[in-house]
Amino acid sequence: MSTIASDRVEWYRRMVEIRLFEEKVQELFMSGHIQGTTHLCQGQEAVSVGAISAMRDDDYLTITYRGHGHALMRGVSMEACFAELMGRTTGCCRGVGGSMHFTDVDLGLLGAFAIVGAGLPIALGAAYSAKLQGRDSVALTFFGDGASNIGTFHEALNTAATWKVGVVFIVENNLYGEYTPLLETTPLEDLAVRAQAYGIPGVVVDGQDADAVHDAVSEAIRRGRAGEGPSLLEMKTYRYRGHSRTDPAKYRPDGELDRWQARDPITVLGDKLAAEGALSADQQAAIRDESQRLVDDKAEQAQQAPFPTIEEIRSYVYAG
Amino acid sequence: MSTQVEPARAGTDAGPAEMTVRDAVNAALRDEMAADPTIYLMGEDVANDGGVFKTNTGLPEGFPGRVKNTPICENTFVGVAIGMSVTGLRPVVEIMFSDFLPTAGDAIVEELPKFRFMTGGQCTLPVTVRSIGGGGGRFGTQHSATGESWFMAFPGLLVATAGTAAGAYSVLRAAIRHPDPVLFFEHKALYGRKGLVERGDGAIAEIGKAATVRQGSDLTIVATLLMVDRALEAAELLAADGIEAEVIDLRWLRPLDLPTVREGVERTGRLLIAEEQVHAAGWGATVISQLTLEGVQLAAPPRVVGLRDDVLTPYSPPLEDALIPGATAIVEASRALVGG
Repeated sequence: MSTIASDRVEWYRRMVEIRLFEEKVQELFMSGHIQGTTHLCQGQEAVSVGAISAMRDDDYLTITYRGHGHALMRGVSMEACFAELMGRTTGCCRGVGGSMHFTDVDLGLLGAFAIVGAGLPIALGAAYSAKLQGRDSVALTFFGDGASNIGTFHEALNTAATWKVGVVFIVENNLYGEYTPLLETTPLEDLAVRAQAYGIPGVVVDGQDADAVHDAVSEAIRRGRAGEGPSLLEMKTYRYRGHSRTDPAKYRPDGELDRWQARDPITVLGDKLAAEGALSADQQAAIRDESQRLVDDKAEQAQQAPFPTIEEIRSYVYAG
Repeated sequence: MSTQVEPARAGTDAGPAEMTVRDAVNAALRDEMAADPTIYLMGEDVANDGGVFKTNTGLPEGFPGRVKNTPICENTFVGVAIGMSVTGLRPVVEIMFSDFLPTAGDAIVEELPKFRFMTGGQCTLPVTVRSIGGGGGRFGTQHSATGESWFMAFPGLLVATAGTAAGAYSVLRAAIRHPDPVLFFEHKALYGRKGLVERGDGAIAEIGKAATVRQGSDLTIVATLLMVDRALEAAELLAADGIEAEVIDLRWLRPLDLPTVREGVERTGRLLIAEEQVHAAGWGATVISQLTLEGVQLAAPPRVVGLRDDVLTPYSPPLEDALIPGATAIVEASRALVGG
């Protein structure tokens, strides 16, 4: 395991990098360097950073189309992420995947899926595979509140609970499934209670507090590693932007965004670190400046790479 | 009911033995599982009493912990197999009736063929999905489809079928060994049919290679699954009238063995497609389309014997029998083709 599990200053830096990365993505989108769609995660950084910092190198995770933050936190290089978004052959998926499929199998980041609910069975399969091979690796699977209404959520929870597989199901409840408020599609405010139907722990977690996320995920991982089965963790969080690039999120009530930004995850951790004497306000500002330079440099470097060719991508269809 | 198949003597050629298609499937699974400890079988009821169609008899005992019953959730257990395949295992999943394949549609259409591609070739997915289909069993409208052509339009997948006992053994072993996902279709009305099966590693089929199961010079019948059996029966009836039919078991729908079909029809000049499916958007239509695109000249327009396009498969036994092409229908179409 890397030292990041206990290095909260590093968590702070990673959250800032993810925030600035996403801001840069928006900028590159507006300038035409990135096309198609993006689903940004500003406001939800404490979930990816708090959770993934609790993982071991030999653990697995699956993520979704809103997965830039998770991929960066797991260690995918920022340049490879920018290159992927620009469709370059140096991208983390050689430029064929794009924004919604940031993957690095060598890092245990098994896949990012653009189909709601698709990653849950695959994470379950990876953790089950480890169990069959006598390894104690666990799998984290991240998904949104909308995915808790699709069949694979219930099927995967049921199967993982029955087989006692070490999966940590992490629902990032940002209050909206695409454009629609949660309570218009779902009869529950707390999705964690759905765990009761499968006889597993369901925990509501403050998703704006990286420490709270880290502690909850650490306990779920411990449980999974010990052979006690899966857990469902509900991270209460908020996405600052709309569902995707084309969504201005006009459906949100006045004041909602302001209320959530008052508990911005970067500020929450930064204030704690300042109070503890671990990271002063000046040091936080310096991290922000360094991160901005890093983001700008990596975006610039990524643009230098060539686009993939048909010959190159043909070998990605079949291995045999 | 299956008798338990003995393990093959690994790598040796013991000579062909007669066995049923059911036992050939069992033998293929057994020989592959013996050769590769990363192979796991999964599906509904697969570990109970040999599975619903008794293809798995003896496997749970022979390979403890490697045959796993799943909950009834096709989309999820195919997804589980995908997760296993990218982390060092080689799962074989059983879909009890091909009519349940659409329930696993997301995993089969969106993940199995696309996962490797959209990651830039970072992973391989050695997953075999065995799917059991076909009519004639009085199972009614929702348990009788072959489903064989439903997924042949997806780059990233391979699609294979078992039309004979030898094909079941050879093609299934090739499918399991292949690094890419393969949908392998079996026909429940064929399980009791017997044929000579060569066992051992030397019998493992070539990927994408059709099998000419009967030689003939007057017409070429291309068939899969149960229609291979019925075409062979028809060919014997035709031979009594002096008409010699070549019968090709297509075996693979993706990749499709056009060269073997082309070589046959260029020799005989006549093509009959025998398929247990409607003609639209199936392998039969694709064979005719590709031959046309290649400019192959036939002595007569091709003919098709298949399921009707205006009704679905009914339960009523006499009606079901009337709607699934039998040897008689193939004989009549062949005579018309040769005479015309």
